[in-house]
Amino acid sequence: MIQQSKIAINNLNFYYQKKQVIRDFSLEIPGNEILAVFGPANSGTTTLLRTLNRLCDLIPGTHMDGEILLDGKNIFAPDISVTELRRKVGMVFDVPTPLPMSIFDNIAYGPRLGGTKTKASLAEGVERALCMAALWDEVKDRLHTPAMRLSGGQQQRLCIARVLALEPEVILLDRPCSALDPVSTAKIEESLKQLKEQFTIIIAPHNVQQAGRIADRVAFMLMGSLIEQGATAEVFENPQDKRTSDYITGRFG
Amino acid sequence: MKINKEKISGIVFLLIALSALSVLALITIFIFIKGVPIINKVGFFNFVFGMVWDPSHGAYGIFPMIIGSVSVTLGAAILGVPVAICCSIFLSEFAPAALSNIVRPAIQLLAAIPSVVYGFWGLLFVVPAIRIYLGGPGLSILAGSIILAIMILPTIISIAEVSLLSLPRQYKEGAYALGLTQWQTIRSVLLPAAKSGIVAAIILGIGRAIGETMAVIMVLGNAVAIPQSVLDPARTLTTNIGIEMGYASGEHQQALFATGIVLLVIVMILNAFAQYVTRRK
Amino acid sequence: MKVSSRTAQRVAKILIWASALLVIVILLAIVIFILIKGVPEISWQFLTEIPRNMGRDGGISSTIVGTLLVTAVAVIIATPFGVGTAFYLTEYTREGKITRIIRFSAESLSGIPSIVYGLFGFIFFVMYLRLGWSILSGGLTLAVMILPTIIRTSEEAIRTVSYQYREVSFSLGGTKWQTITRAVFPSAIRGIAVGVILGIGRCVAETAAVILTAGSALRMPGSIFSPTRTMAEHFYILAREGISMEKAYGTAALLIILIFIINVVANMLVNRFVAKGR
Repeated sequence: MIQQSKIAINNLNFYYQKKQVIRDFSLEIPGNEILAVFGPANSGTTTLLRTLNRLCDLIPGTHMDGEILLDGKNIFAPDISVTELRRKVGMVFDVPTPLPMSIFDNIAYGPRLGGTKTKASLAEGVERALCMAALWDEVKDRLHTPAMRLSGGQQQRLCIARVLALEPEVILLDRPCSALDPVSTAKIEESLKQLKEQFTIIIAPHNVQQAGRIADRVAFMLMGSLIEQGATAEVFENPQDKRTSDYITGRFG
Repeated sequence: MKINKEKISGIVFLLIALSALSVLALITIFIFIKGVPIINKVGFFNFVFGMVWDPSHGAYGIFPMIIGSVSVTLGAAILGVPVAICCSIFLSEFAPAALSNIVRPAIQLLAAIPSVVYGFWGLLFVVPAIRIYLGGPGLSILAGSIILAIMILPTIISIAEVSLLSLPRQYKEGAYALGLTQWQTIRSVLLPAAKSGIVAAIILGIGRAIGETMAVIMVLGNAVAIPQSVLDPARTLTTNIGIEMGYASGEHQQALFATGIVLLVIVMILNAFAQYVTRRK
Repeated sequence: MKVSSRTAQRVAKILIWASALLVIVILLAIVIFILIKGVPEISWQFLTEIPRNMGRDGGISSTIVGTLLVTAVAVIIATPFGVGTAFYLTEYTREGKITRIIRFSAESLSGIPSIVYGLFGFIFFVMYLRLGWSILSGGLTLAVMILPTIIRTSEEAIRTVSYQYREVSFSLGGTKWQTITRAVFPSAIRGIAVGVILGIGRCVAETAAVILTAGSALRMPGSIFSPTRTMAEHFYILAREGISMEKAYGTAALLIILIFIINVVANMLVNRFVAKGR
């Protein structure tokens, strides 16, 4: 039985003013998996992630053609609510960015935007999100202290919890561990492996090894084009394209 | 429903911004409306270059006031700019952090003193000192220049200091690596590099000096004649308005508005110049 | 005669330190003089009685009230317009001709001499709008005067709010209005407050614009349509007409103390703003 992919990208071309950043990109992304989209700097991974939740709309001077289907519906269709989309497709950025408020208010920020007001439901959602992000035990008795006081790793897990509080379907992570030490990185990778059971996870790792550690499938991007994709083990051990093997083995980077 | 809220808030902000701008237009329009008729009647050159200001006889020449403004401002610049530049160098290059934490707020406090207090202090101390040691009535251009010089110090110092501080560290490090002394570095590397910011600071200081009214009223004397020396009393464009506005009417009042037009134009030109200078960087 | 570089260094250093010393000495000379002469005048009667006999006797309570009311009107009107314009410039427009025109207008407005604002206020608020010499006329005039400062400092404060806060808010499903009110504004509020406080300081110190628009009545103002006299005006009139030097010193001392407090508050906010900002 062929399951409908969670996300289907069909012939996506993305331009930043005159420059083409993504070229004829097509990819099917199944649900409840970790997909790692990797490539050298400026290969378009960050831009690609930002098209998936239409954060690219915020950048002036961009245009695109092609389509991106989420559960079969084109996310660029005019009748799609962008704010709804962004709640379904959440994003964690490369630098931990807690908002200048308490831990509680950070996690509750998203639900509050959506209209949740009662203290009880907010508190419940906050606790659930923090547990899923493996941060609850560390912060449960200081929920109302400023989030800025947390360590880098904790802040990033806070950002993950912030996204989880909206009960999304897809989680995008753009080099989430690039500013973190190995211990924090390991904690987050561990959480992601557990979260994939409930969510579809797309990660742009900051190095190839991370893809190897946690991804079920990988996609290699070079200068905006999709070079190769498939199950992690296959692509890493049996790369079909020379450029893929060159990059993985570190011949260029 | 939500989209409507977005659109409404966008429009509300636009209206706010537009009304804030129309204020500038409004000021210009009203001053012009009130002042242009008299300039037309008397003639532009007669107004600006006329040597006699005697409203009771219908004479509206503001040249003496222009001389007054220019000389007081020039004097303020000559006295104040060197001290201000030295101070900004002090804050950016010489002062240890503890000291600059005292000096910088002190300069801000200097900026916050009301101009009437400056004028009063000038009247009590500067004017008699000039009268005793240099002669003349004491109420003079020199007194005005001294007070204005003090008043524009904070303006020039703060902007010049920012310019110096924002220079890349490499300029200084490169100079020291070549064996230049601190002063040589400042003189031949840092000051030229910060030139546009410093010039902008000076221009803004001059703009402030030209626009000052209350302090100058108290120490400048009130003579409408063309001053012959810095020890003579005089009137500036601003003090002319300040002194006579209270009882002027009809054509006299229009002439004061026309003086306001001249002031507006001068300040706009100075401002445009300052912006041009900073943009060229 | 060639001066050795070491001598030049030494001379320069002396001159530069001397100039800083000069500035401090001048500040102290002015402030200490006024305070020494004026603080003894400040008593409970001084603060609570209204001036009698043209200001020769009594206190200055009506001028204190006048100052506060005129400043309050100015700030209440200028702040929403100034902050709103700043938000419009940073959040709703892109850098282009329109924003450059707006910014040039704001810069130009800030350079206009206060006497010209007084002229404008007189002809527009007092005469044309028939508000007469009143707290309202004075307050509106001062509002126009401090508007550019508030726009500039607010814009600065909003701009320095990290772009990342905005991105985060949008990525969590926020609309533009929600992002501005819940993420950007709370982060920028301290910087905005600094601008407003500096505007307050300017209003309190202002004389030229107020004399032409608020009048110079010594009675306690009954409403915002009443004429009034601010402390700065009162000091000017007392000193210029020679009515009472002691009262003049007292008024000046109170003014300086008030402005000093305003400055200290603004500084405290700035320091915490800078320390917290990203």
